Amino acid sequence: MLEYFIRRLLGAIPTIFIIILVSFFLIRLAPGGPFDFDRSLAPEIQVNLNAKFHLDEPVYVQFGYYLKDILQGDFGPSFQYKNYTVTELIWQGFPVSVQLGLSAMVLALFIGCAAGMLAAYRQNSKFDYGVMTISMLGISIPNFVMAPLLILFFSITFSIFPAGGWNDGAFQNRILPIITLALPQVAYIARISRGSMIDVLRNPYIRTAFSKGLPTFYIVTRHALKPTLLPVISYLGPALAGIITGSVVVEQIYGIPGLGRYFVQGALNRDYTLVMGVVVFYGVFIIVLNLFVDLLYGWLDPQIRVQGQKT
Amino acid sequence: MSPLSKQILPLAFTCFYTLLISGSCVASEIFISATLTPAALAPEQTLRRGNGSEPQSLDPHKSEGVPSSNIQRDLYEGLISESPDGELVPGVAQSWTISKNGLRYLFMLRKDAKWSNGDAVTAYDFVYSWRRIVDPKTGSYYAQTLAPVLNTEAIIKGTKKVTALGIRAINKYQLEVTLKGPTPYFLGLLTHSSTYPVHRASVEKYGERFARVGNLVGNGAFVLKQWSIQSHILLERNKNYWDDKNTRLDKVYYYPIEDQSSELKRYRAGEIDITEGVPISQMPWLRKNLKQDLHLASYLGTYYFGYNLTKPPFKDNKLLRQALSMVIDRRVLTEKILKTGELPAYSWVPPNVANYKQIEYEWKDWPMSRRVKYAKALFKKAGYNQATPLTVQIRYNTSENHKKIAIVIASMWKKNLGVKTELYNEEWKVFLANRKSKKDTQVFRAGWIADYNDAFSFAELMHSNHGVNDSGYNNPDYDALLAKSAREPDISKRRRLLQRAEKMLLDDYPVIPVYFYRSKHLVKPYIGGYKDNSMDHHYSKHLYIKAH
Repeated sequence: MLEYFIRRLLGAIPTIFIIILVSFFLIRLAPGGPFDFDRSLAPEIQVNLNAKFHLDEPVYVQFGYYLKDILQGDFGPSFQYKNYTVTELIWQGFPVSVQLGLSAMVLALFIGCAAGMLAAYRQNSKFDYGVMTISMLGISIPNFVMAPLLILFFSITFSIFPAGGWNDGAFQNRILPIITLALPQVAYIARISRGSMIDVLRNPYIRTAFSKGLPTFYIVTRHALKPTLLPVISYLGPALAGIITGSVVVEQIYGIPGLGRYFVQGALNRDYTLVMGVVVFYGVFIIVLNLFVDLLYGWLDPQIRVQGQKT
Repeated sequence: MSPLSKQILPLAFTCFYTLLISGSCVASEIFISATLTPAALAPEQTLRRGNGSEPQSLDPHKSEGVPSSNIQRDLYEGLISESPDGELVPGVAQSWTISKNGLRYLFMLRKDAKWSNGDAVTAYDFVYSWRRIVDPKTGSYYAQTLAPVLNTEAIIKGTKKVTALGIRAINKYQLEVTLKGPTPYFLGLLTHSSTYPVHRASVEKYGERFARVGNLVGNGAFVLKQWSIQSHILLERNKNYWDDKNTRLDKVYYYPIEDQSSELKRYRAGEIDITEGVPISQMPWLRKNLKQDLHLASYLGTYYFGYNLTKPPFKDNKLLRQALSMVIDRRVLTEKILKTGELPAYSWVPPNVANYKQIEYEWKDWPMSRRVKYAKALFKKAGYNQATPLTVQIRYNTSENHKKIAIVIASMWKKNLGVKTELYNEEWKVFLANRKSKKDTQVFRAGWIADYNDAFSFAELMHSNHGVNDSGYNNPDYDALLAKSAREPDISKRRRLLQRAEKMLLDDYPVIPVYFYRSKHLVKPYIGGYKDNSMDHHYSKHLYIKAH
């Protein structure tokens, strides 16, 4: 197990190197630089700034400097937010994104699985059709439409929750963003778990359990739950990564200080070090998350575990 | 005019000005004490302001952009400050004298001005700070703000040492500034955030990190209490501020909200008291439902289109440039498209600039039919007609507003002159890079907001050496007029020189002025002390929350 874990981690190194290489050159290919503003800098000052950040040297030399720095765990100073280093910015934004993403995912997992499994159990009932219709809506309404609707209803019309802001992570400020992030996930998870449950319920061992007269609740939780969750778990890895890294729109609308905003702002401002820092950080994060999901998968499905041990 | 009156006039002006300043100062104090009985104030004096985007830095010498300046006005104080309606009032400098030739300023600093840690604010602080901003090592975007000060340009170029800067502390409370030419707007320039002093001991101790919570020592009415990046910045009242007795607010929050629709929602939900902007698309709704809260004010800024004068078809083709400018019906643009009270622009300098009256195109009041007829003839003379039609490209940075305007202008060109226009929207930095390289760009969108209330802030933009002259306008006569105006101590003579320059510029048609900006904010009715002003500067120290 440990050997497998380490092997996977080592295997990720070339992937991360390629991510760094590609994004380093891509962002520099974009026209304009971090010090280009409407108001031009005095040429002499521009020269000084370029020298300070090594921007006056060939790109491959800059790449060398960058590699050297990140090997020492230094993402460098931000070009845009001059009083902060990229590492500081990441550690300010990432916990916020993770908290929101995880909360939304846990919420989605509970509601989605419960709704999906119940729909499967009562297949083709009104409840089933209801869940499927609502989940279709949940998938098709983009969050930049959903968020303003929620704000209009809950904040402006009824003043229940704040319309935005983070307020140092106050509970009421989290509700709407979490709901916005969770809704499409609820829909996906409901659909996946419904399909999976229907398959599982057709298995001979479930039929045997029913014929033995076991209570339904017992059968579902004891025999059907684990195999039903397998496809949900494999969806969970990329979905969690997606919800944490891709909450840009939600962060923007609600004014949440998460990492996603740095990504967009960094790219727009040509804040090379910030964009690179976020890319590398996300790269590592997604790789680790996928690895974690694989391990979880092995725990849930004995077949995979056995195969894993053989190889 | 006799040489004697030449000398007396600026002096008389200065005396009058000082009188004006002290007068308005007294008036505002009377106003505050007369209107603010404790009952009129809300018990909780916390102001929440929308502030566009995250400030780059709170170091006044290393930041660029409006969001940073807004906060710095609360954290620091320069020699000169502003009243709620934008008049210049004494800041750290209690009074000043200006030499007869307008070159030497002697500032008497107030003795009760303190840094937030209790240290006295002295003339030495200003010497240190101004040397810091022009030092090329600092890498300041606004080093050129101090261009009127002796030797600034040589120091930026690295040919002179920072100690050569025309600023000197005579003693702790007397500061002498020497200019390279008489600069009537110099006092106004000193309200710009880049001229604010920084606390030397803190800068030397913390370096780049001095402008952070716990390290930042300022001399403004507020101190930095919390900086939660992309979430909010919290300021608290500075008990050591010399005029703290007149500060009403205890806390000020600044929220970075880039999206104006989100800002409006938070305003409507009662989470923000003053917005940084207003979404144009919501204007009709706002006029109907939040009319009282809506503050639209004239603002010293010009929205224009520039021609690339270094490439065909606009190089050496003034007639074509004039024809294209004449057929744009600015009134339709401002009244039917923008609908927020912007003024159509027929001059380069906006109206209401101090000591100035803008020069306008003589065809300004012609009926459109006459303008079009005239333009058609010019267009033909320029070498274009139906057989040899013109195709041009307009480039603008991605924005709904810019897009609308570009489309309408293209349709006016098409309708009146048969010009085929290709529209290119580009992401901001790409747009800037293209505009500045002058390779592919033919016509580009641009805007300019004055750094200080003077016609020169607009005039200098079209100087052949200026960094924002992206048209590549190069007229030695124009440059000479600007240089002459910079040496002219007489206000009215200087005005005439700048007017001649503006006339020359307009006649050369390097740009198409389209409209003059308006500042747009939503302000809750319970906010007191808020006044619209042409610089759109609103210091939190003037504001308070009325009981509501």
